[in-house]
Amino acid sequence: MHPAYSVIFFTTLSGAGYGLLSWLALGLLVGTLSPGAIEGFIALGLGLVLVTTGLLASALHLGRPERALKAFAEWRTSWLSREGVLAVVTYIPATLLGLLWFALDPHDISYLLLAALLAVGAIATVWCTGMIYASLPTIRAWNHGLVTPVYIVLSLSTGGLFLIVIRGFAQTTSSAEILFVLALLLVSWGAKTTYWSSINRAQKNWTAGAATGLGHLGKVRLLEQPHSQANYVMREMGYDIARKHADKLRQISSATLFVLPIFCLLFMLAVPNAFGILAAIVALISAAVGVFMERWLFFAEAQHVVTLYYGAQTA
Amino acid sequence: MTALPETTAKKLGLVIDLDTCVGCQACATSCKEWNAGGYSAPLSDIDPYGADPHGTWLNRVHGFEVGEGTNSRSVHFPRSCLHCEEPACVTVCPTGASYKRMEDGIVLVDPDTCIGCKLCSWACPYGAREYDYIDGVMKKCTLCVDRIYNKTLAEDDRVPACVRACPTSARHFGDLSDPESDVSKLVADRQGYQLLPEMGFNPTNRYLPPRDRRDKQMDLAEHLSQGAFAPATGTRPTSPPENETNVTERFFRWADKMLTR
Repeated sequence: MHPAYSVIFFTTLSGAGYGLLSWLALGLLVGTLSPGAIEGFIALGLGLVLVTTGLLASALHLGRPERALKAFAEWRTSWLSREGVLAVVTYIPATLLGLLWFALDPHDISYLLLAALLAVGAIATVWCTGMIYASLPTIRAWNHGLVTPVYIVLSLSTGGLFLIVIRGFAQTTSSAEILFVLALLLVSWGAKTTYWSSINRAQKNWTAGAATGLGHLGKVRLLEQPHSQANYVMREMGYDIARKHADKLRQISSATLFVLPIFCLLFMLAVPNAFGILAAIVALISAAVGVFMERWLFFAEAQHVVTLYYGAQTA
Repeated sequence: MTALPETTAKKLGLVIDLDTCVGCQACATSCKEWNAGGYSAPLSDIDPYGADPHGTWLNRVHGFEVGEGTNSRSVHFPRSCLHCEEPACVTVCPTGASYKRMEDGIVLVDPDTCIGCKLCSWACPYGAREYDYIDGVMKKCTLCVDRIYNKTLAEDDRVPACVRACPTSARHFGDLSDPESDVSKLVADRQGYQLLPEMGFNPTNRYLPPRDRRDKQMDLAEHLSQGAFAPATGTRPTSPPENETNVTERFFRWADKMLTR
């Protein structure tokens, strides 16, 4: 599949944004954050900026961005529509919390309802993003049980790194939070590695013979394409990356998205000093590079069944 | 509304004969010609006279080689929307621009509602949907919905443009829900099949498999005994012997020979 930058920016930015909003909401729920705290307000604002930037990037992917609002119509059947609806719904508790942030009484716990709605909305939106891909049987690498969970844990991991940086600047670093983000990074690493080795091993059961229904007559090979130049289907669905390159990119992605941030967080836990904020920033920048590569690979490595009509032997 | 109708009154579709298709591209070009001015207009082309010309086509003819060595053969393979009974391209659509008609089962895109998110093209295993880079919306085969009910056209022309154009009658159009229709009978006679039925989208269109090669249908000795390789002239068993004919009969035979050249 063609890795479109608009979709990569959308899923990574809004993923981190929803992750950050989830951490904020969970912090309010468990009491590690209280309304009125400046770092909470910054986290909320930055979360909304990330989410909004991502959503605007996704509109750039549309052929008719001016009609984007029509996408809320078919939430009954379409995961894309559900994602849009939930993204908008999630703005409601987030905006209310932001408007009331400095007015809320920490002893009046009614804001916990807003926090709960925000956490559920943010995670459910990322769930829908994952399901857009995971629900397509035409793309083996996406129609996989780990796709949606990986979207969620990566969203929480990258959002958590944003929170740690904000906490660092506000000098309210919490070891418990770092530990939780560390645990999520480890879970993400494990899940992503399992996913990668699983799609490596996957049997490519669809064949050109099955696609044409001519397999019973012998081996089916493409003799001539319908047209001399690549068409939309080939440009969009026929993107192919050499396995050798993919392996190298997976390694770089793992190192930047998981290994270096985990090392940085361990450093913060072990040596709580003024360098902590530096370590947090390094972890965030490194993970940003890594998650961008991870998302690029998610598209580039995914083979669509339609390639069987355009020369692929198996899919 | 992208929820699918439970049943459709008709199941209009195409039956494509891979035995008689010669890959002439007449269906693809006449499709482009009709639809560039019809429901799907415009069907944009990009860089049409440049180094990388490409554009939106609703019907494309692929060429496959099937089998090995002396058993191999070319199969021309026209591919367009199969108007599935359970099309995922419709259910994934966030706007309701994609829909399946209750009256005849045709799958259409409303060009005024489509936002060009391209998700439907990802959901289709058959490559039936092509995005129009200039128009910014998705295009697909309409089964020439603007021809088949068009009372301003002569009755013969009220079939999809590809069917009308096919010089070898390899394309047939009709109601596949009616077991008595010509297309249904053709499918029954020739073991017509669906593409990738395992995907679960239940395509309406059917493909008729290539017939066995003639040398497989009977062995060579049989061929020879039937005079299959004898010179074609003057040995037609239906022609009366030369000496039994009068001038009129000889004239008709001559005319027949001329006309059947």
